Amino acid sequence: MSDAAVATVAPQARRRTAEARRKSFLTSVANHSVAIALTAAFVLPLFFVVTTSLMTQRQALTHDLIPHPFQWRNYIDIFKEEPLLRYGWNTFVYAGMATLGVVLSSVPVAYALSVIKWRGQRAVFLLVISTMMLPSQVTIVPLFLLFRQLGWIGSLKPLIVPAFLGDAFSIFLLRQFFLTIPGELVDAARVDGANEFQIMWHVVVKVAKPAIAAVALFQFLYAWNDFFGPLIYSLNNDKIWTLSVGLQQFTTVHRGVLWNQQMAASVVFMLPVIVLFLFAQKAFIEGVTLTGVKG
Amino acid sequence: MSPWIVGFLLLYAYPMLKTLYYSFTRYDGGKTPPHWVGLFYYRFMFTQDPYFWLSLRNTLWMVVVSVPLSILLGVGSAYVLTKPRRGRAFYRTAFFLPTMVPAVAAAVAFLFLLNAGGPIDHILGFLHLPQPLWFLDAQWSKPGLVVIGLWGVGSTMIIFLAALLNVPTHLYEAADIEGANAWQKLRHVTLPMISPVIFFTAVIGVIYGFQYFTEAYVVGASVGGAAGGTSSALGSPQGSTLFYTIWLYQQGFEAFHLGYASAMAWMLFVIVLACTLVLIKSSNRWVFYQGGFR
Repeated sequence: MSDAAVATVAPQARRRTAEARRKSFLTSVANHSVAIALTAAFVLPLFFVVTTSLMTQRQALTHDLIPHPFQWRNYIDIFKEEPLLRYGWNTFVYAGMATLGVVLSSVPVAYALSVIKWRGQRAVFLLVISTMMLPSQVTIVPLFLLFRQLGWIGSLKPLIVPAFLGDAFSIFLLRQFFLTIPGELVDAARVDGANEFQIMWHVVVKVAKPAIAAVALFQFLYAWNDFFGPLIYSLNNDKIWTLSVGLQQFTTVHRGVLWNQQMAASVVFMLPVIVLFLFAQKAFIEGVTLTGVKG
Repeated sequence: MSPWIVGFLLLYAYPMLKTLYYSFTRYDGGKTPPHWVGLFYYRFMFTQDPYFWLSLRNTLWMVVVSVPLSILLGVGSAYVLTKPRRGRAFYRTAFFLPTMVPAVAAAVAFLFLLNAGGPIDHILGFLHLPQPLWFLDAQWSKPGLVVIGLWGVGSTMIIFLAALLNVPTHLYEAADIEGANAWQKLRHVTLPMISPVIFFTAVIGVIYGFQYFTEAYVVGASVGGAAGGTSSALGSPQGSTLFYTIWLYQQGFEAFHLGYASAMAWMLFVIVLACTLVLIKSSNRWVFYQGGFR
């Protein structure tokens, strides 16, 4: 192209890029406005919960959105009035032990359903999946009677012990991940004379750490948030109430008033899992994606 | 495998069959052994228990309204996330955050947020929008519960986000060359490509929708005002939040009509199974699998 031609084309091209830039700027503003509006819709409820938790009881009944004065004492008061520490400890024991149980019991099952090949495997896998779809109501009555016979009602045992017998959702998720592990890795270990247990422990578990982390996080969160289980098995003994049952009872007693304390107690309940999420966000989101896309 | 086999037999197979047996008996869990009554409870459920129908209607309402809405909002907010070049991680965290909030805490939070004089009521008034009484009004209590559910749409959204980002760009480029507009691209490229995920979400939504319990329990107990175990006020206001599982819980674990609760549990199982099968049957008409197989 000659210099003269460049000279005539250039201003036009420059005008076009300026226009394009203006257009892409406007699209970007529009995109961000929608995203910011949605962010507000998702985050503002949490913001109001936190601000109300710092108000005086009277102010919490007004239209005010910002605490005046900031009454930090609410957080001390609720720990004095309600045995929140004990509820928190119970919740932590339930969630921690259930997570341990599910990971320890589900990894071998998922291994047997993916890395090892055997007859009838597909049928068993379908059975595992189908238990995921079974409403818990269909098994709850006989389980309640069984645990009552064992004298476990009013303790955390009915919530923790079953976790050590495997969890269908975790088995499913781990299996999906184990299937993506290259077969050469396993074969190499087998050639080296490793037995199945060694292969599982030293090869598969090492590679599958992200999936195991996701399963552990899901299970912890599930147990932390669980209401139905603790309601059925622990309602008669407030010594072993979890935060979910404790908070529900607290709200019912103080309904319509003491919003500030109810919100403070809610914050205490949700804060640990929110902090956990912020630290382990990547594992969470990868886990959710794994269930949805590969499922 | 063995822990799972023990677990399967002990926690699923045996209790399922035992529940089926109980459903044909009258039994209060006490010393008197179960008394065989045949199909009595199944007949009773359909012909004499008005609360069975009320709770089933409420539950169907919830499934029919909240499953499509959460798919719509899930796809919509995921679509919004695919747009901005910068700040996606920030928005994603913000959208996802509410799903971390425990169900009981979310219900308690919205009891406050939606109450007359609460922040959302205040904002609606400021915008000159209607300010319903939400959980105090039988017309608005279920929509209030839907709001709580939609607030936690983040996990659905994450799944859709991954699906949207997985749609090959060359399909959009081909559509561009043929002069397709934004709507046509959405209708003929995006929706077919993410339809398996929509299907998956719908199935999960229906299965869990029929088991909807916690939020309704917390709201019903708080509005009706019963604590310490006796929650005859569940379903408040005026039975509008009496869902299937709430009625089942009251029958089984408050009145200890274990036979009737067992019959209701099996009926629930049958209903859920039927709905899932209908969805799966319908799927080959609207779900598009790449390469023509699942």
